[in-house]
Amino acid sequence: MNPKEEKILLSHGNGGRMMHNLIEDVFLKHFGNNILNEQTDSAILPAEEPYLAFTTDSFVIDPIFFPGGNIGKLSVCGTVNDLAVSGATPRYISVSFIIEEGFPMKDLEIIVTSLAEEARIAQVNIVTGDTKVVNRGKCDKLFINTAGIGMIRSEERMIGKAADIKPGDVIIINGTIGDHGMAVMNAREDFHFKSPVISDCASLNHLIRAVLDATGGVKFMRDPTRGGVATVLNELADKINLGIALNEVDIPVSNGVKAMCEILGFDPLHIANEGKVLIVCGEEESPVILETLKSHPLGNQSVVIGKVVDDHPGKVVLKTETGGRRLVDILTGDPLPRIC
Amino acid sequence: MKYIDEYRKKDLILAVSEELKRVSKKKITLMEVCGGHTMAIHRFGLHTLLPPSIRLLSGPGCPVCVSSQHFLDTAIAYSKVPGAIITTYGDLIRVPGSVSSLEKEKANGKDIRIVYSVLDSLEIARNNPGRPLFFLGIGFETTAPATAAAIVQAKTDNISNFFVLSAHKVMPPVMKALVDEGVKIDGFIAPGHVTAITGTAIYNDLATVYGLGVVVAGFEPVDMMQAILMLTRQLEAGEPKVEIQYKRIVHHAGNTIAAGFLNRVFEPRDDRWRGLGTIPASGLKIRDEFSAFDAEKTFPLTVPVPTDPKGCICGSILRGLKTPNDCGLFATRCTPSDPVGACMVSGEGTCATYYKYRS
Repeated sequence: MNPKEEKILLSHGNGGRMMHNLIEDVFLKHFGNNILNEQTDSAILPAEEPYLAFTTDSFVIDPIFFPGGNIGKLSVCGTVNDLAVSGATPRYISVSFIIEEGFPMKDLEIIVTSLAEEARIAQVNIVTGDTKVVNRGKCDKLFINTAGIGMIRSEERMIGKAADIKPGDVIIINGTIGDHGMAVMNAREDFHFKSPVISDCASLNHLIRAVLDATGGVKFMRDPTRGGVATVLNELADKINLGIALNEVDIPVSNGVKAMCEILGFDPLHIANEGKVLIVCGEEESPVILETLKSHPLGNQSVVIGKVVDDHPGKVVLKTETGGRRLVDILTGDPLPRIC
Repeated sequence: MKYIDEYRKKDLILAVSEELKRVSKKKITLMEVCGGHTMAIHRFGLHTLLPPSIRLLSGPGCPVCVSSQHFLDTAIAYSKVPGAIITTYGDLIRVPGSVSSLEKEKANGKDIRIVYSVLDSLEIARNNPGRPLFFLGIGFETTAPATAAAIVQAKTDNISNFFVLSAHKVMPPVMKALVDEGVKIDGFIAPGHVTAITGTAIYNDLATVYGLGVVVAGFEPVDMMQAILMLTRQLEAGEPKVEIQYKRIVHHAGNTIAAGFLNRVFEPRDDRWRGLGTIPASGLKIRDEFSAFDAEKTFPLTVPVPTDPKGCICGSILRGLKTPNDCGLFATRCTPSDPVGACMVSGEGTCATYYKYRS
């Protein structure tokens, strides 16, 4: 980490390079152990079969209500998806609330209702929780932490570790990118864009279970949340020391997201998703995975967006829609809107 | 998507590329003035589609990049005025001043907020009547009219805590200054959105006195390629002139209402540009009639002028004399997460663009 940073900046929390450095240089330095050092979305705990996967996530989203969801629904989806992309079947979650004094009770009820509804959809039990109320101004309305435990089969324990990826393997995504980040920004900043952009916030565990039951060919999965598809694929390319080649024309982006990104000067590849999964598999496995994904409502726009290559190890390169080539970098700092 | 897809058609771009290869005989150098153009060239890899006889240079048209370190130091000084709220467009927040940045001051507890429109600042001022709000006015003729409109609105509504720290700049003096200084260019790809406000008359001198081609271009790949073809044809025929490629947005007369706001509120003054020094009549100062909204008048602060960071060649890059690859700091000491010079900070800065789209 840059030794000059004496204070936490907002950029340390956005999923990009600065957060990566913070984790390496502060958290892993003090907490590091064999399980944590894997840096997978869920920890796979050493136990007898069935193995346990364990994860946690905190939700501090602003605004707490947005098109397509709210902080309650999101706090289930986020933890469920972290378990699911690790190959686990989510079973139990904890929910902790930090609530600002004066928060409207009716809003809390709406949030708790949708949290419970999403837990029912995802088929996870909320088994423990905690509530703290803090003085006005000590937190922003409402923060939620969830932790989750899932069961994981022996043969699926390696999925989060990207162990067996080879050149020629393909990269699949289950639909359009950037919807969550743009929906939240649109709601927060009140841009009054006419075309509705709706968060893709959804629990992916049933979709992913269907894929894992259909084939043993999934080599890696990750949900591209903060930092977007670009950040996940850069981390993957770095880890496997191979290149990743993306094809811009194949990457699905809704017109609303495309328009917002054009106006604000953002790259959809850097924008957060909450209902998307990137899957890496051998090319021969891709038809069955695509077919399984497409038969599910959360995967009907699934598509291959690129592949793993020998060239440019550690880097992600995009073939642009106009035929050029460019490097896709990890997000640095928050995406900031351009001036003109 | 309408207005996007048709301007990114691959076969159309390649057809223009072929035509350019056929038409281009002379060696020419064109400068794209606007940071948005630099972005488009690299994002779509357009430089790879040009014949070797055509060279592109990036100009000083990124408003964040040309804002002087002194301006950042001054903005930070204003954030320390008791009760102050600073509002700014987003990409200014990470630009390093001589010892700090707005982002770091925000972490230090200063009230610094990102706005998407200057009118949001006016709203914040209205809601915080006891506190002085300083809006950091940066940008060229594109953003200056909005700042002007906000000042007029503040006057009409009697909002007494809204102040603008103006670093607004205008385009034509710097374009001429570059040529006067000896930067060798044959034509300008002129900024589309600046010209949408000003109209094309501001470039007439460049064609008639300086003998340079000027084509006002849009920001999509087909726009850019067509503009380069128009300039090449002009220069091959030896008939430099002012033309508009971006006809769906730009008219010769410009946007007279927006320009009217600009001229009513602002007047020209000599201004400091990062790396380029002081250029006569290149900045916009708030007229005396509106001085109640001028931060420099109502809260005068003296901030020492810092020296440019060592080893940084932003000045030469903004002049089009060097490219980021010539800089010893590029991609090593100076990166988007820890920038030294302003060209690395803004998403539309030349260095950030080269860094992001290096291949």
